[in-house]
Amino acid sequence: MSKKNKPVSGDTLSRLNRINPTTNFLFNLMFLILALACFLPIIFIFIISVTDNDIIRKEGYQIFVTARTFSGDAYKYLWGQRQTILHAMWVSIYVTVIGTVLGVMLTSLMGYVLSRTEHKLNNFLTILVFIPMVFGGGMTASYVINTQVLHMFDTMWILIIPLAVSSFNVTIARTFFRTTIPDGIIESAKIDGASQWTVFFKIILPISKPVLATIGLFLAFGYWNDWFQAKLYIQNDNLKSLQAMLDSMQQNLDYLTKNPTALLTTTSDLKKNMPQESVRMAIAFVVAVPIACVYPFFQKYFISGLTVGAVKG
Amino acid sequence: MVNRMQDNKAPAKTLAKPPAEKKSKWTKDDTELSILALPTTIWYILFCYLPIFGIILAFKDYKITPGASFLTSLLNSDWVGFENFKYFFTLQDFPQILRNTILYNIVFIVLDIVLPVGLAILISNIYSKRKSKTYQTLMFMPHFMSWVVISYFVYAFLVTDKGLLNSMLRAFGGENVPWYSTPAAWPFIIIIMHVWKTIGYKMVVYLASITGIDSSLYEAAVLDGATKYQQAKYITIPSLRPIIIMMFILAIGGIFSSDFGLFYQVSRGAQQPLTPVVATLDVKVYQMLTSGTVSLGKTSAASLFQAVVGCIMILSANAVVRKVDRSSALI
Repeated sequence: MSKKNKPVSGDTLSRLNRINPTTNFLFNLMFLILALACFLPIIFIFIISVTDNDIIRKEGYQIFVTARTFSGDAYKYLWGQRQTILHAMWVSIYVTVIGTVLGVMLTSLMGYVLSRTEHKLNNFLTILVFIPMVFGGGMTASYVINTQVLHMFDTMWILIIPLAVSSFNVTIARTFFRTTIPDGIIESAKIDGASQWTVFFKIILPISKPVLATIGLFLAFGYWNDWFQAKLYIQNDNLKSLQAMLDSMQQNLDYLTKNPTALLTTTSDLKKNMPQESVRMAIAFVVAVPIACVYPFFQKYFISGLTVGAVKG
Repeated sequence: MVNRMQDNKAPAKTLAKPPAEKKSKWTKDDTELSILALPTTIWYILFCYLPIFGIILAFKDYKITPGASFLTSLLNSDWVGFENFKYFFTLQDFPQILRNTILYNIVFIVLDIVLPVGLAILISNIYSKRKSKTYQTLMFMPHFMSWVVISYFVYAFLVTDKGLLNSMLRAFGGENVPWYSTPAAWPFIIIIMHVWKTIGYKMVVYLASITGIDSSLYEAAVLDGATKYQQAKYITIPSLRPIIIMMFILAIGGIFSSDFGLFYQVSRGAQQPLTPVVATLDVKVYQMLTSGTVSLGKTSAASLFQAVVGCIMILSANAVVRKVDRSSALI
């Protein structure tokens, strides 16, 4: 009786509101399976990459590595080919770094200007940024403009510039500047005679690191993972990033399997240069690992960025 | 989003009371801001607006005038009206492509709401916060993998003679299935891969909204004797409604577009005999663009068709939502 009259604290309530232990166990089991299903393929790729090629040919891919099946040949081969691999990695890194810096610059500039609602061109710029969100010329029109008018076919720029800005990122930046930076700061700087240029670079950018980090990360992962631009616009092998290399390797392989006669005739070089099964998986692993190691540290920025962009008001 | 842009503007305008003076005068501030916006404006013109004008191609029989620039060639080409569209709509596989694009998207829209919301509710109930974080991090991983890398994962599972799936089938006394030439299996493979890549990240987004819900609502519900199921039904899901509706509008707007990497890379080039079940509009446009035999005008027509119906879809989805619940509308 007396117990019932006691005020129930929030803590007790949340304890009362728990699911029962059996359900908790079942949920844990289910999420463990889901989590492993999401993560194990990368381990599986690694295991294939350290399996002996003869074993692969005879017995298929192995799930475990044993002393019998182990072979470091794939990585030895990669080390022998390090010039190609390192060059592709260099392209990936170069594109990612330059692209991210350029993208963050362009995005935050536009985001800042859009957040200044007293600007005379505010309406015009808002519409300029908004229209591409609902309507675009499509893949073909972009292709024609990029190749015929801007002459960017087979250049490094095609990998960088078209991906630098997105209206989504501009909106995130605009919302951040609008909601977290008090007008007073800008007004007082202007009274002290600062130009907008100074305000933006000396005041706004230093206090906007969270949003710059979020946008920078969106861009960096986008650039690192991009293969489509290279597929459409790049023929020169020197301009192929890791992802593009992985992609064209697969295309060559498909070509060989679809045209078995090619093995005998013209493209026997292709066949000779075609890396073996374990080597291809090793390259896929090398491409996937940097991201798999790095993303847990940046995950929270992604979530905050997504919710800033997604939640209205 | 735009809604809010305008909301923000409204008070600014009313504050600027003496409009006669303030509206007409172009200040130094305006010049400086315009200069700051200039680089990005140029980017938008080059990469968003030039392509929009590039759609003229769809109405022309584009022929290259030797030695002339693209623009002259374009102007010298003949107008053909809707001929290019006619070609595209009468393609033998056009109905199939349209069906694939729309049906896959409808399945994705349903699954992308039901599964992540469901899982987010379930995972929010797990006792150990640390375990829950670990599951989330692991499930988030596929979001950061490119489709090229994923296509290697899939290959390791599906390839006929060595793949893991066939090894398992053999272990259970089955026979090898040549997955890459079995069209019937591909709708499932495509759907599974889509869910696999997106579920973790969508779940985390919904979970972020769930943790934002006022906990006193649940406390009150418990005092009234509500079960977990009732709490989810009457508190959690209604609280998630705005974000679900927004995701829904965006998804409806994209119903005529598809994730090119999913359909093209995972199926290793969307070639025969898989084409009938994996080719979507994007795959078709890409194939037309790179085939070298289809004219640019025809390819532009296909692309333009996709852009126009996509735009119509997003505007009408928004209009419907606006009717039902004004505050959830996007525009």
